[in-house]
Amino acid sequence: MATLEIKDLHVTVTTEEGEKEILKGVDLTVRTGEVHAIMGPNGSGKSTLAYSIAGHPKYNITGGTVTLDGVDILSMSVDERARAGLFLAMQYPVEVPGVSVANFLRTAKTAIDGEAPKLRTWVKDVNAALERVTLDKDFAQRSVNEGFSGGEKKRHEIAQLELLNPKFAVLDETDSGLDIDALRVVSDGVNRYSDQGDRGVLLITHYTRILRYIKPDYVHVFVAGRVADQGGPELADELEANGYDKYVKAAAEASA
Amino acid sequence: MTLAEALELSPVESHLHPEGSFDLADHPVPTGLEEIWRFTPLKRLRDLHQDAPLGGDDHTIEVVAAPGVTAVSVPAAESARGASGYVPVDRVSARAWAAATTVLEVTIPAEAVIDEPTTIRVHGGGIDNAGAGHLLVRAGQFSKAVVVVDYDGSATWAENIEVVVEDGAQLTFVTIQDWNDDSVHVVTQHATVGRDAELRHVAISLGGDVVRASTSADYRGTGGSVEMLGVYFADAGQHIEHRLFADHTAPRTKSNVEYKGALQGQDAHTVWIGNVLIRKEAEGILTYESNDNLVLTDGAKADSVPNLEIETGDIEGAGHASTTGRFDDQHLFYLQSRGIPEEEARRLVVHGFFNDIIRRIGVPALQERLVASIEDELAEHVGRIDA
Repeated sequence: MATLEIKDLHVTVTTEEGEKEILKGVDLTVRTGEVHAIMGPNGSGKSTLAYSIAGHPKYNITGGTVTLDGVDILSMSVDERARAGLFLAMQYPVEVPGVSVANFLRTAKTAIDGEAPKLRTWVKDVNAALERVTLDKDFAQRSVNEGFSGGEKKRHEIAQLELLNPKFAVLDETDSGLDIDALRVVSDGVNRYSDQGDRGVLLITHYTRILRYIKPDYVHVFVAGRVADQGGPELADELEANGYDKYVKAAAEASA
Repeated sequence: MTLAEALELSPVESHLHPEGSFDLADHPVPTGLEEIWRFTPLKRLRDLHQDAPLGGDDHTIEVVAAPGVTAVSVPAAESARGASGYVPVDRVSARAWAAATTVLEVTIPAEAVIDEPTTIRVHGGGIDNAGAGHLLVRAGQFSKAVVVVDYDGSATWAENIEVVVEDGAQLTFVTIQDWNDDSVHVVTQHATVGRDAELRHVAISLGGDVVRASTSADYRGTGGSVEMLGVYFADAGQHIEHRLFADHTAPRTKSNVEYKGALQGQDAHTVWIGNVLIRKEAEGILTYESNDNLVLTDGAKADSVPNLEIETGDIEGAGHASTTGRFDDQHLFYLQSRGIPEEEARRLVVHGFFNDIIRRIGVPALQERLVASIEDELAEHVGRIDA
C-alpha cells in the first residue's frame, strides 16, 4: 500500500497586488485503494491544490509537506513527481502544436517506465486505450490536444491515465464541461483504473453529478483554502441538497 | 502573357516594388541605411555589395537530374536567362548577373510528371575567392516535379535564381543552406507563376555566417498559387535573413507564406521580411503570411516585419501574423507532468514547432533529413537525447 500525505500545506500565488495565500493549511491523506472526492465552491483553491501537488511553477509553497510513502515530493521537479507515481488530469489540457499524440504517449511511457515500451504491443495498447474512451485511433496522429473538443481533451487525459497507470491520480474537474455520454466514458475509465485496487484517486469536482458514476470512499468539503468538513459518501448527498452556503458563511465569519 | 503585356500593369509607387536595373550604375554601394539593407551586416559581406571580384571558381556544382529532366550549363550570353522577367533589384544581384559566365538551365518538359527529385549540389571549396552563379528552372505546362538545391562547404557566393512555372504546372522548389559556419551567401530568387500553376517554394536555412535570401514571385495568369515555406535555425553569431515578396499581378491568385525559425546563442540574428503587394488588377486574391520565431536562449535576436499593400477593394482574403517568443511554460509543464524530463520536453516542443511546416514539404527524404538536422542543432544548447 502507498500513501500520499498532505500536511498543513500553505501555498501562495504572485498577483499584481502581491503574494496571495490560496491554500491555508491543507491536511489530507490518500491511500491506494481509496477514492477521495474534494468538493468545493469556485475559488476555494481546489485546482491550486491539484497544481501544487503536480508542481506547477506558478504556485509557491510557503509551508507544510507533501509526501509519497514518506518521501518529500515538493523538492522534486514536475517530471520527477510523475515518475514517482503521480498523475494530474488537467481541467484545461494544454495544446502542444506539432507533437503527435502517438509520439507524446510513447515518450511519456518510456520516461515513466525507464524503458521504451515493446513496439508491437504498445501500438495495440494505445489503440485499445483510445477505443475505451471512444476516441478514434486516428487521434494518435493528431497534435496533442490541438483542435480537440473539450470532451476529447478530457477523454485523452483518461486514456493517458490508463496507459501510464500511476499510483495516484489527481483529477482536476475532469467532469466539467462534459455531456452525459462523455461523463460516463470518463467515469468508466476512472473506475477501471481504481478497480485495480492498488491505486489512489483524488477527484476534484464542483458538482455532485460525477459522484453518481464514481463512488467515493471519502468526501472532503474544501472552502477558503482548507478542508472544512469530511465524511463518507453521504456528505455528497447533503451537499447536493444544501450546497456550500453554510461552509462559505462559516469561513467568512472565521476570517472576519 | 508577353513581357510587353506584363509591363502594362498599372504603375505602382511602392517601396515594396523596387525598380530593377541591369546597369550597375543604378545600384550604388549601399550604406546600410537603405530600407532593403538596414538589417544586413554589410561588414560581413566580404564586399559582395561593393566591388569584390566575383570570378572565383573554388566551387563545384553537381547535378543529379531525374529521368526526363534536362540540366545543362549554357554560356550566359546564349542562355534563356531573364525568362522569369526578373531584373536585378539590388547591387549584389546586379553584380552577380554581370559576373555569371554560365547559366545552369534545368528544364522539365511539358506534361512530364516526375516524382524523383532533381538535385543540384553546390559545394563551396573556400571563402577567399567570391563567385557568382545563375540558375534557371523552367517547369513546362502541366508538368509536375521537384527540384532541390543543396548548398554545403565554404563559399562567398552571390547568386540569381529564376523559376518559371508555366500554365498548369506544379513545381516544388527547395533550397537547403547547409553551409559551413564561414560561408556568406547572398541569393536573389524570382519566380513567375502561370495560369492555374502552383509553386511550392521551400527555404531551409541552417548554416553559413551570413545568409541573405530575397525571394519574389509574381503571376502571369489568373488562378496561380504560390506557397512559400521556410525553416531556419540560427546559432551564435549567425545572420540568417529571408526577404519574401508576393507580387499579386493577376486576379484570383493565391500566396501563402509561412516561415518558422529558432534561434540560440549569443548574437544569433534572424530577419524575416514578408512583403505582399496586391495590385489593382489582382481582384479576388487570397494571401496569408506568417512568421514564428522561437528564441531558445538569451542573446539572440529575431526581427520580423510583415508588410501588406492593397490597391484593390476586391480581395477574397488577406492577412498576416508574426510571433516571437520563448518556450511556453505551459507546454513544458504539461509534458513534464507526464514524466518527460525537461530537456526532452524542450526537444519535443521545438520539433513540434517546426513539424507543422516540415510535414508539408512533401519530399519524405528531405523531411527526415531536416528532422535530423534540427536534432543536431538542438544538441548544442538543449541537449541531445537519442530517441
